Amino acid sequence: MKPFADLVGRLLYSPSHNAKLALLFDYFARTPDPDRGLGLAILTGNLDLKHFRLAALRKLAERRVDPVLFRLSYDFVGDLAETVALIWPDGSSNQPWPRLADVHRQLIDAPKTDLPDLIAGWLDTLDATGRWALLKLLTGNMRVGISGRLAKLALAKMGRVEASEVEEVWHGIKLPYEDLFGWLEGRVARPNVDDHPLFRPLMLANSLSEKGLRHLDLSEYAVEWKWDGVRVQLSARAGERRLYSRSGDDISHAFPEIIEAMSFDGVLDGELLLLQGRGVASFNELQHRLNRKRITPRALKEHPAHVWLYDLLFDGLEDLRGQSYEARRGRLEAFFDRVVPERMDLSPLIAVKGFPSLAILHESCRERGLEGLMLKRRKSVYVAGRPAGSWYKWKRDPLTLDTVLMYAQRGHGARSSLYSDFTLGAWCVGEEGRELVPVGKTNLGFTNKELRMLDKWVRDHTVQRFGPVREVKKILVIEAAFDSVCKSSRHKSGISMRFPRLHRIRWDKSAEEADELGALRSWLK
Amino acid sequence: MMAAPRPENWVQLRAKGLYVLPGDFYVDPTSAVDAAIVTHGHGDHARPGHRRVAATLETLEIMSARLGAAKNQRRHHLGFGERIQIADVSVWLAPAGHILGSAQVVLEHKGSRVVVSGDYKRQPDPTCPPFEPVSCDVFVTESTFGLPVFRHPDSSGEVAKLLHSVSLFPERCHLVGVYALGKAQRMIALIREAGYDKPIYVHATILKLCKLYGRFGIDLGSLLPITSGLKEQTRAAFQGQILLAPPSTIADHWSKCLPDPIVVMASGWMQTKKRVKQRGVELPLVISDHADWDQLYKTFEDVGAPEIWVTHGREEAIVHQASNLGYRARALQLVGCGQEN
Ligand SMILES: [Zn+2]
Ligand SMILES: [Zn+2]
Repeated sequence: MKPFADLVGRLLYSPSHNAKLALLFDYFARTPDPDRGLGLAILTGNLDLKHFRLAALRKLAERRVDPVLFRLSYDFVGDLAETVALIWPDGSSNQPWPRLADVHRQLIDAPKTDLPDLIAGWLDTLDATGRWALLKLLTGNMRVGISGRLAKLALAKMGRVEASEVEEVWHGIKLPYEDLFGWLEGRVARPNVDDHPLFRPLMLANSLSEKGLRHLDLSEYAVEWKWDGVRVQLSARAGERRLYSRSGDDISHAFPEIIEAMSFDGVLDGELLLLQGRGVASFNELQHRLNRKRITPRALKEHPAHVWLYDLLFDGLEDLRGQSYEARRGRLEAFFDRVVPERMDLSPLIAVKGFPSLAILHESCRERGLEGLMLKRRKSVYVAGRPAGSWYKWKRDPLTLDTVLMYAQRGHGARSSLYSDFTLGAWCVGEEGRELVPVGKTNLGFTNKELRMLDKWVRDHTVQRFGPVREVKKILVIEAAFDSVCKSSRHKSGISMRFPRLHRIRWDKSAEEADELGALRSWLK
Repeated sequence: MMAAPRPENWVQLRAKGLYVLPGDFYVDPTSAVDAAIVTHGHGDHARPGHRRVAATLETLEIMSARLGAAKNQRRHHLGFGERIQIADVSVWLAPAGHILGSAQVVLEHKGSRVVVSGDYKRQPDPTCPPFEPVSCDVFVTESTFGLPVFRHPDSSGEVAKLLHSVSLFPERCHLVGVYALGKAQRMIALIREAGYDKPIYVHATILKLCKLYGRFGIDLGSLLPITSGLKEQTRAAFQGQILLAPPSTIADHWSKCLPDPIVVMASGWMQTKKRVKQRGVELPLVISDHADWDQLYKTFEDVGAPEIWVTHGREEAIVHQASNLGYRARALQLVGCGQEN
């Protein structure tokens, strides 16, 4: 418990990525198994412990501490778990600190009624830092800002391997990951994860503009649609099936119908969409599905999922990633003909003769509900990340709208001193005539110079403040670019821009000339 | 035999501080008076302008260094245990364990004894002799950390955190915020005790006081002014180094020239997360020169006073608890006493 408590105590105040990395590295290097594996699982949100309610915690504390003193202390500290951690009498026990593994095991074993005494027993042995860490853990409030990605980087640093190698074994290893640490420390062989449906880090495309495209020799590239859904990886091995997001999160629970259809052994790369009747459902529906814990039969019937297959990474245990795109495509087609999976289709190859026909296809993307075009070099092998010169995406042209700046909010991190989050509005006819309604919020697309100018403008034109938010005079026109329009219950207007970003600041335009909500509605599908 | 006078009849709180009626003098007055006894050199206890001052030699030296040599001031230095008679009051000093020269003032009058402890702590401190309990009828106590959430851990463990961090981040520097008088010197001494013998960079105000400590035989090892490193104009000069500066100067211009500093703060206030975050501290160290909650009660017990007067901080919780424990306890509303650490 001690190394873990010290670690979280320190992570809490370390904002920088590098500092967090160094602290995690140090923790993994100094902490024995199985504790460090449990620590890793806790920090990355992969360990569910029995939760202890704050109210129960308060009761526990009042068994030991005078209620008047508790109240005065709580008033001063302001956080219940922290107050208990600090106020709990020190040195009530001379037992050694429990190990994280002891805490974990005993929590699993203990019946609920024994929890208060068990926890009190631990609190007696710990110091203030240890008590704080334990209580935050038990009340489910351990927020120290560690992403899975960061943890994997620290592990990679420990083993002097690439992060993608850690990523590869990640979904095949089990708590408390002793084989993982053993491998990274060079004591044992790489964990054998052949029998697990693993996540294989994705290959991504570089963005290309029309100008850049003109320099490509198109004969070297295969062209595919860029579907407007979510990129997924379908991984099935020895009867186990998983669906992963592009970052390697397991999203199987959200798409049971796809899992059911994965009657094969291998790893596929594709794009998932929801259908509606004979067409494609809106992106909102997809977002909705991803956030659901339980998928209703009705959702499955009205908006079934469908996958367009891009690539085959593993056929059974055979790793195809070292083969060329062309060869893999051949294998994918053969695989598809052999398996004939339900709810899946091959993403078709599009025949293109020269740039003009490519440009015409590109023009048609919005109408077809596609995000753009993909160009994949026929000779390229499958590599994790965004290798240069292999895959390109040519996204459809964004939509633009002249909006009016309504509110500004201070940013986070490096931007925390600047007003850098902006709420944009469009005109509509309300009860009292023409009024502005918010249609989107963005902090993207600004250069540092523009941000500084806007920051000053916001400070000079504030009409009201609400905490970190300032309402400004509604006179500045911002031309926003965005990918599409979606329905939004969070916006009074009922619709909003998807992925809005700054295109231009229109110092030259007056707010009266900004666009109407109607323009936005016309793009809604 | 005559009954001893009631303490509140001869030691009283007045606008300028604690006044000893039969001797016509103050203890730690908050503004200039005719006669003062000063417990220690911190600004909220040692004020300029008194006509006559009695204190330890160390405290008088500290006052000269910080307040300048006062003209027309008569200074009387007292060794610990050395008794002087002021009219009907017998006065002597006992160590308070707070900073160099810090003393408790023992006041005796017609068989009644009041101890004004000033600021004190019970943790060991290599830069001053430990607190000595003196039995008394009234013990006047500070209560800077008078809440049960304040319990100062063993200082060696806190210093170990600092040194571990120094080894973990060799390319950065550690900028430690400490009060210039007392905390800075104790911090350096603790770092030395932990075996760190490289030069430590200190802010000019700290260096001046370290030299004063040196004249009283406290060896703090090799110290360099921060400005000497800044002159080299290379951020590399500070990589892997420990720097000490008063908290108020940490945001100053010079700190922008440091290599990615980790801001450390050594203070009893670092016990609560809110304070740490408010001050933008990356590595908090709970090291204090004041008594914590447990030490306050241990001290009441050690001095065996039936009556406790509480000043200087959070009286409410302490009066509540002391009353529960059977002491006659009351808050003494001292005016003009700032928050120092
Ligand atoms: Zn003091
Ligand atoms: Zn003080």
